[in-house]
Amino acid sequence: MAPGAQEMVAAMTTPKVQVENLRLSYGSKEVIHGISFQIEPNEILGIIGPAQSGKTSLLRCINRTIEFTPGTRVGGTIRVDGQDTSRMKDVYGLRRRIGMVAPLPVGLPLSIFDNVAFAPRAAGMRDRKFLEPHVEKCLRQAALWDEVKDRLDSLGTKLSGGQQQRLTIARALSHQPEILCLDEFSIAIDPVTTMRIEDVLKDLRKEMTIILVTNLTQQARRLADRTMFLWNGEIIELDGSDVIFSDTPQDKRTYDYVNGIFG
Amino acid sequence: MINSRSAFSIYREKAIELLIRICGVSAIVFVFAIFFFVFRGGFPIFGDDRFGLWQFLTSPDWYPTSMSNVRYGTLALTAGTLSVTGVAMLIAVPFGLGAAIFVSEFSVGKTREILKIVIELLAAIPSIVWGFIGLTVMNPLIQKVFGVQVGLNILNAAILLALMSIPVIVSIGEDALKAVPDSYREASIALGATRWQLIYRVLLPAAKNGLLAAVLLGVGRAVGETMAVLMATGHAVHIPHSIFDSVRTLTATIAAELGEASEGSPHYSVLFLIGILLFTITFIVNLVADLVVKGVKNK
Amino acid sequence: MHDDAKPIINFAETPFTRRKQRNEKIARAIFAAMVACIVIPLILIVGYLIKEGASLITWDFLTTNPVGGMRRGGIWSAILGTFWLVVVSLLISAPIGVLAAVYLNEYAKENWFTRIVNLGVVNLAGVPSIVHALFGLGAFVLFFNMGRSIIAASLTLSIMTMPVIIASTKEALSAVPRQFREACWNTGATRWQTIWGIVLPNSISGILTGVILQVSRTAGETAPIMFTGAVFYKKIAEGNFFAYGLNDQCMALSMHLFTVTTQVTNAPHALPFAIATVLLGLVLTVNLTAIIVRSWLRGRRKW
Repeated sequence: MAPGAQEMVAAMTTPKVQVENLRLSYGSKEVIHGISFQIEPNEILGIIGPAQSGKTSLLRCINRTIEFTPGTRVGGTIRVDGQDTSRMKDVYGLRRRIGMVAPLPVGLPLSIFDNVAFAPRAAGMRDRKFLEPHVEKCLRQAALWDEVKDRLDSLGTKLSGGQQQRLTIARALSHQPEILCLDEFSIAIDPVTTMRIEDVLKDLRKEMTIILVTNLTQQARRLADRTMFLWNGEIIELDGSDVIFSDTPQDKRTYDYVNGIFG
Repeated sequence: MINSRSAFSIYREKAIELLIRICGVSAIVFVFAIFFFVFRGGFPIFGDDRFGLWQFLTSPDWYPTSMSNVRYGTLALTAGTLSVTGVAMLIAVPFGLGAAIFVSEFSVGKTREILKIVIELLAAIPSIVWGFIGLTVMNPLIQKVFGVQVGLNILNAAILLALMSIPVIVSIGEDALKAVPDSYREASIALGATRWQLIYRVLLPAAKNGLLAAVLLGVGRAVGETMAVLMATGHAVHIPHSIFDSVRTLTATIAAELGEASEGSPHYSVLFLIGILLFTITFIVNLVADLVVKGVKNK
Repeated sequence: MHDDAKPIINFAETPFTRRKQRNEKIARAIFAAMVACIVIPLILIVGYLIKEGASLITWDFLTTNPVGGMRRGGIWSAILGTFWLVVVSLLISAPIGVLAAVYLNEYAKENWFTRIVNLGVVNLAGVPSIVHALFGLGAFVLFFNMGRSIIAASLTLSIMTMPVIIASTKEALSAVPRQFREACWNTGATRWQTIWGIVLPNSISGILTGVILQVSRTAGETAPIMFTGAVFYKKIAEGNFFAYGLNDQCMALSMHLFTVTTQVTNAPHALPFAIATVLLGLVLTVNLTAIIVRSWLRGRRKW
């Protein structure tokens, strides 16, 4: 095989993310109890579950920002493209391959342009000739360009909530991630903006793998190929979304949660 | 995104982080160095036959330079410190808390800003200037108003210390009052309370931890003051009987006698020991105030 | 914001409510009087100082040396001494203090050790100035053999100001919300890139204010320099900014006030008042500058 082709074949057949027996403890309290699952390239995986189930913690384990919280212990293995993430020397490179969108919109106290240029600059890209079209592309992908194209110099913190959330998405896209993680992104924004972003996600899946943590079961139903029901740090069920949201999922607790009987 | 950071920029970052770590460590070193050198200066006195710790703490006879009968009793000096601080707090606490209440509850907008600036500038006046005021302004004033012979006494220093501690009490006390949630205030007003009732029945109890901390820090400030008391208390080493008595405080004693004590001599060491005593007192006072405030923050 | 300074509106005025309102006015008057008891004497005292000393304060006074046993002439040597003490001590304590605070707030892991260090730093800020004098004497003058000199006195002053600079810098850094840092880390930025790009630019006003306030504190202190490098009298050349060397002893404004007040007999009445006025003027100007810097930069806050 031609050089590079072997990697390409491997990339096409290896799952994008493999989680093997992941355990997470905050101090002495274990919050994720040895879960295992895989995510295929270019799929949209939904993760649903009640609060405090470990959804956010799981994402933070994947991009290793869990390390910034003192007192945490991680067991088990997470692989991206087959490589063990905990053994990667360049953790910053790993975080650049993963885009993260937090529940609350965060506009950095910089200009809108600098908000989106922050990550490329941190990675060493300083050339204005590259940055300007790149920033525009990311803002377009986040469905924000038209609203801010005339005021790229204004402060990111002065935008509305919905705009700041789209700015966060633009920032997440600015370092060209292979995996995009969204953590309840629509909590603080209005339904119209949510719909626009959902359309964006449907487009983005062609280029990347998407993990969508959400409390809106309808949202998972609309977007996700497969959905995982995570409860109290354990995977109750992981299946195609059509099964999870049907009248006959494999686990009764899934049906109860989806239909609002608890949670 | 491909990592295209230049090697130079990565090394520069590592160098900066190393510098930061070094500064962090040196700050820790300096903190402990103060303990070390002060204790080092004072320790030799324990080896001296003529020194006894009990006598040091409880005897009022302070004759460190006597040829024939050297005595290292600090009780009179401690009494000096306590009397001056005590009287100062008698003045500073009501006025300081009163001012804190006024700034926090009775003033708004521009008035409030101006008052806070004035209090802050009051805090900035150097202690030597206060000492000078004590000597040239308070001294004749006290003589005239109270008809006493000597105006350099406890009262003089207490007034100065009060004026120095009040800004501490006001600023921390005001923070404590501000920390009381607005919902308490709104509930009181809804029930028809007057502002005084609000303060007396709701705010003071709610803020009592922070107010206590404010007072403690004011005490710490007063106990540690050197130049002002050096110039305003007179030079009498004895246990006082009235606020018009001259005294000597622990701090003033060190300042007055350190110049004459030769390095390594017992006198030198015992002055350092007084320094250790002062250090311990103010450290404990500040520590307690810290813990009291943390109690507030944890609510 | 409980901005409500208006009296409580009563719909039904009864003797009861009228009495309540009157009590309220009395309470307000009492507290206002307490403030007045503090502020008015302060203004009177400062005014008296200026009045008694102003006659001596001329350009010559500030730029020529004392003569005649310090009874006549100016205070140039003292002013220059204070200037160098402040500059040298802050050149040491400000960079180290700020970077140490960055380390403690942004890098250090939270464990019992860092908690002790933080406790130590905060409580050291309350150490009496005479204890700093003892430390400076024992450590710099004697142990490190610097003798009584500007360098020993400046180091003593820098150890005095460092804990306060660390504490105020940490406060300024903590005021930057954590979610900004997390957003940066999520994009693969390193700790330092986040600090340099977001944290420091947005805490600079607090840091600067803290340092400026230490300038005035350093200029006003007497005890720490009395035994480590300041002297009653030293003759230096006029008009030369570099008349003092690091190993020289020096005069200082605070020390000079002490000297003229307690050590010089038959000094003209106005002289110590003039020195006090100059020192006070210096200190209050620096503090006002810090207050102005603080409110100007606070107005430009970006979130």
